[in-house]
Amino acid sequence: MSDALVFVLAGAFATATPLFLAALGELICERSGVFNLSVEGMMSIGAVVAFITVTHTGSHALGMAAGMLAATALSTVFALLTLRLLANQVVSGLAVGLLGLGISAMVGMPYEGAVTTPIQRLHVPILADVPIVGPILFSQDAVVYMSVVLGASAAWFLRRTRAGLTLRVVGENPRSAHSLGLRPTRVRFLAVLFGGAMAGLAGAYASTVLTPLWSQGMIAGRGWIAVALVVFATWRPTRLMVGAYFFGAVSLLDLAVQAIGLGIPSQLMACVPYVSTIAILAIVSSDIARIRLNAPMSLGESYSPAA
Amino acid sequence: MIPLTVEVTRRKSPSRWGMVIVPLLTVVLAVASAAVMFSAYGASPGAVLFGFFVEPLSSAYNLGEVAIKAGPLILIAQGLAIGFRAKVWNVGAEGQLIVGAVAATVVPVYLPDSDSALLLPAMIVLAAAAGMLWAAIAALLRTRFNASEIIVTLMLTEIARQLLYYAVMGPLRDPGGFSFPQSVPFQDAALFPTFGETRANVSILICVAATVSAWIFVTRSFAGFRLLIGGVSPDAARYAGFSQTQAVWVSLLLGGAAAGLAGVGEIAGPLGKLQPILTPGYGYAAIIVAFLGALNPIAIVLAGLFMAVIYVGGDNALATGQIPASAPAVLQSLLLVYYLACAFFVNNDIRVGFVRRVGAQA
Repeated sequence: MSDALVFVLAGAFATATPLFLAALGELICERSGVFNLSVEGMMSIGAVVAFITVTHTGSHALGMAAGMLAATALSTVFALLTLRLLANQVVSGLAVGLLGLGISAMVGMPYEGAVTTPIQRLHVPILADVPIVGPILFSQDAVVYMSVVLGASAAWFLRRTRAGLTLRVVGENPRSAHSLGLRPTRVRFLAVLFGGAMAGLAGAYASTVLTPLWSQGMIAGRGWIAVALVVFATWRPTRLMVGAYFFGAVSLLDLAVQAIGLGIPSQLMACVPYVSTIAILAIVSSDIARIRLNAPMSLGESYSPAA
Repeated sequence: MIPLTVEVTRRKSPSRWGMVIVPLLTVVLAVASAAVMFSAYGASPGAVLFGFFVEPLSSAYNLGEVAIKAGPLILIAQGLAIGFRAKVWNVGAEGQLIVGAVAATVVPVYLPDSDSALLLPAMIVLAAAAGMLWAAIAALLRTRFNASEIIVTLMLTEIARQLLYYAVMGPLRDPGGFSFPQSVPFQDAALFPTFGETRANVSILICVAATVSAWIFVTRSFAGFRLLIGGVSPDAARYAGFSQTQAVWVSLLLGGAAAGLAGVGEIAGPLGKLQPILTPGYGYAAIIVAFLGALNPIAIVLAGLFMAVIYVGGDNALATGQIPASAPAVLQSLLLVYYLACAFFVNNDIRVGFVRRVGAQA
């Protein structure tokens, strides 16, 4: 029993990592006032490009870089549509997301069902051998540790830096930001690209580290869950980390339950992450005052200095 | 730097000239992209373009195939467009379609010997009700708990998919179907009659009825007007006392019913049974159709037909073995991307002029 528990708690870091990375990118994007619904598509593109790169070069670092680049390229399309051509953010996000899903299926077809080598875990000397805590905290792969650092940096960036303040001002009120001499469109553009890069990294991690294989639809709604996570976290990076870890653990329940051997249909267990997303979203959103207080004021609204 | 200034001002109403040009330009760009994409796969662009865009219209059988695909696309898009006008984002039509199909399957599976004329109507009613029920979950959570209908409808789609897997592997599985996870093939009384030699069937009438009703609802009814105002100007709607809660419910229920009906159209139409994969993503493609049709009931019909041609063309091209199966999906999403980009030129006045720089000799 305690083995199963350690398995879930330790594995949750890895399963949480793609959710967290993608959601962190979306969080920064939303703090600038842009609602990007294409996370699922960007993750898929990142996943397939990273998988192909790792298959041919054997380098996970290169794979992740390639995945980030590909997803950033896709997010550029979204940025141009919404920021330059002032298209509706929801519709553009769906369009670009579907495009990403389609392209990833097309590019990945020759690799459908293929597997690749996973990366080594880092065993922190001595600490990794401590019972229970060791395998949970000190025997993860490099990306897991990196994502924690990224999360902390994002929190520091938003709270403590001038650039972070600029980003928040643009997200609250781009018109005021403009009159202060800031450049809202440029800030938002960069935020969208960052969101793309993070989604790409998340996808790359999913297809080359977490489950080193490619199959069409392998992102399986994690991009949408990432979008929901941002609301759970009420747009705060530190809370996001907690939320992502919770969802990582929840998505492992399936395996744990199978291991214990309860006779629950696997389809029912597969629903757990989606059902909990809906339930938690409803609970968090029902506190309307809190959502109003935390949500960026201009979220989802187009802005053009000319108008 | 290019010595040009570009001045963009938002138009009060879309330019009429542009409303014709934009769809044309969108189609031209999509066809051009298709040509580039297919050349990259080593196919001869001319032949594949012919296969994609002309062949589907070349025979009665192929036209029937186009009708089979256009039917559900247009039907769902009409339902979704009503909500989209009110800025209610039901993006889970795929799930509502699946739930409708599963619910309707219960009738022929549990009454396998019946040839009652009421069988099909019962399936239709069940499918619409199930689609509405599935969408109602999102409406309830949105109106009671303020939960984003976008995320809820997406999540409900994933749950619906698991429900479908459970149904075809468990209670609705054909015990004599070897190891295939699917229901029994439906008896004739549970199938829509087909037209002549084609596979196209009577369910297309549901789509026609939906289109006519949508047109009346949007252009002639006060309820449709209230929804539109709620979408265009929430403040004005609130001032006029139009209820946002009601808009959410009406939008989601109509969208859910349309998607559920599309579901029964599939299983009682070309499929003839319930199976793990019901559609090539009609629920998502219908979102593209709705916007490509500018949320206008008549234009949605044209957009749906064009998207259906791409599906059938894709199937034809797939048979020749040169084009990947996901090519139609890429092309369809490109259509929406191009459309959104082109729409900028309808909604805005763009003036390009030369920069007159003062003292710019440096």
